[in-house]
Amino acid sequence: MREVAVVGIGKTAFGAFADRDLRSLAVEAGEKCLADAHVKPSQVEEFFLGNFAGPSFVGQNHLAPYIAGAMGILGVPCTRFEAACASSGAAFYHAVASVAAGLNDVVLITGVEKMTSQTTPKVTEILAGAGDTCGEGRAGATFPALFAMIARRHMYQYGTTHEQMAMVAVKNHENGAKNPLAHMRKVITLEQALKGKPIADPLTVYDCSLISDGAAAVLIVPLERAAEFTDKPVKVLGIAQTSDQVALDEKADITTLSAVVAAAKKAYKMAGVTAADIQFAELHDCFTIAEIIATEDLGFCKKGEGGPYVASGKTRIDGEKPVNTSGGLKSKGHPVGATGTGQICDLVMQIRGDAGERQLAKHSLGLAENLGGSGATAVVTILGAA
Amino acid sequence: MNPGPGIVYTETVVWAPPEQFVNDAPYQMAIVTLADGHRLTGRIVPDSEGPRVAIGDRVEFVEERSGIPFFRKA
Repeated sequence: MREVAVVGIGKTAFGAFADRDLRSLAVEAGEKCLADAHVKPSQVEEFFLGNFAGPSFVGQNHLAPYIAGAMGILGVPCTRFEAACASSGAAFYHAVASVAAGLNDVVLITGVEKMTSQTTPKVTEILAGAGDTCGEGRAGATFPALFAMIARRHMYQYGTTHEQMAMVAVKNHENGAKNPLAHMRKVITLEQALKGKPIADPLTVYDCSLISDGAAAVLIVPLERAAEFTDKPVKVLGIAQTSDQVALDEKADITTLSAVVAAAKKAYKMAGVTAADIQFAELHDCFTIAEIIATEDLGFCKKGEGGPYVASGKTRIDGEKPVNTSGGLKSKGHPVGATGTGQICDLVMQIRGDAGERQLAKHSLGLAENLGGSGATAVVTILGAA
Repeated sequence: MNPGPGIVYTETVVWAPPEQFVNDAPYQMAIVTLADGHRLTGRIVPDSEGPRVAIGDRVEFVEERSGIPFFRKA
């Protein structure tokens, strides 16, 4: 198996862009990425697209060649991956597999979602399609409702408080306020977060990530060729994609994201590192409770101690293991299909030393955790300075 | 369908519903652990028909409404 390096990244801003369509967002991110690696469209040997619900949000199918063609990428495999909010994490995983296996050398992965052209109830309905529409969905479960039920059980079993959950939102907004590409660049107070409009008890609007438009792209090549494209290559040290039941009521224990536990175990082993070695992380805070549980399931803290862990300040940007220096899905925004590749871009910016006023002092080993649905897909990626 | 009685494993009250349930909100839903150990996601009867429930509460099956199993506090 060949070693793989990220040699280019490109992102659009995340936000609500009434004048932008899905394709133009994906093309912008892809072109920025190719420019970053000094690559022409004709050099791209394979194109992977992560997109959750383009057909439902904007009525467009056959999205991978549709986007690749608009960039001038023709005559190569172009494939869309759908794995709910882990769509582009899954696309990235399979792209790494293609390069590692030696099938192709210069591979572009783009994640994109255009969500804001629909009303919030319609977006809520489309997103609910990532759950079990014959069971929990039929009963009226929204994604906030599923994570609210996870939160309730976590609070019941471990004493986690809503205040600790709100601390995740406060921290991530503090970081996102300094990210020029973030959707909601504003600082919030703990009091505001606790008193927000109820969405699904105990979650308020401040516990929920944003409905966003946006795209993010990554270019990978074999590590042995990385110097042709960049003087700051970033190595894929470990990567794993795993699965679990889609329906929440079919999971053995909803306070654990078992797919994340499994993916982390495999990714740590592949990278030859432990949780303690990870210097910083981009975690899938689709809801505040999801970041708390991820810190437990990735081994950053013990099971059940995710609440006290965030309250300790260790995951703040000035803490011992900063989490979501980008602002996370909470503040940066969550165009669902773009979130996986967006996290990879954010890790690469930190590792290259290009994160501006959010730049960390220790930034050579980072981890991204991308979650689909209520945990039926998980992708964990560990990147390091090459 | 008659799943029988059960115990509330977890619950939430939904204030921001999907499009097809905008007229129902706010509504309480729960995952109920049934006697055989299986879990089922359903609704708790509206406030006009009974109290809201919490984790650990015993609930009984009421009826199926539009394919949705409804429970109420036992």
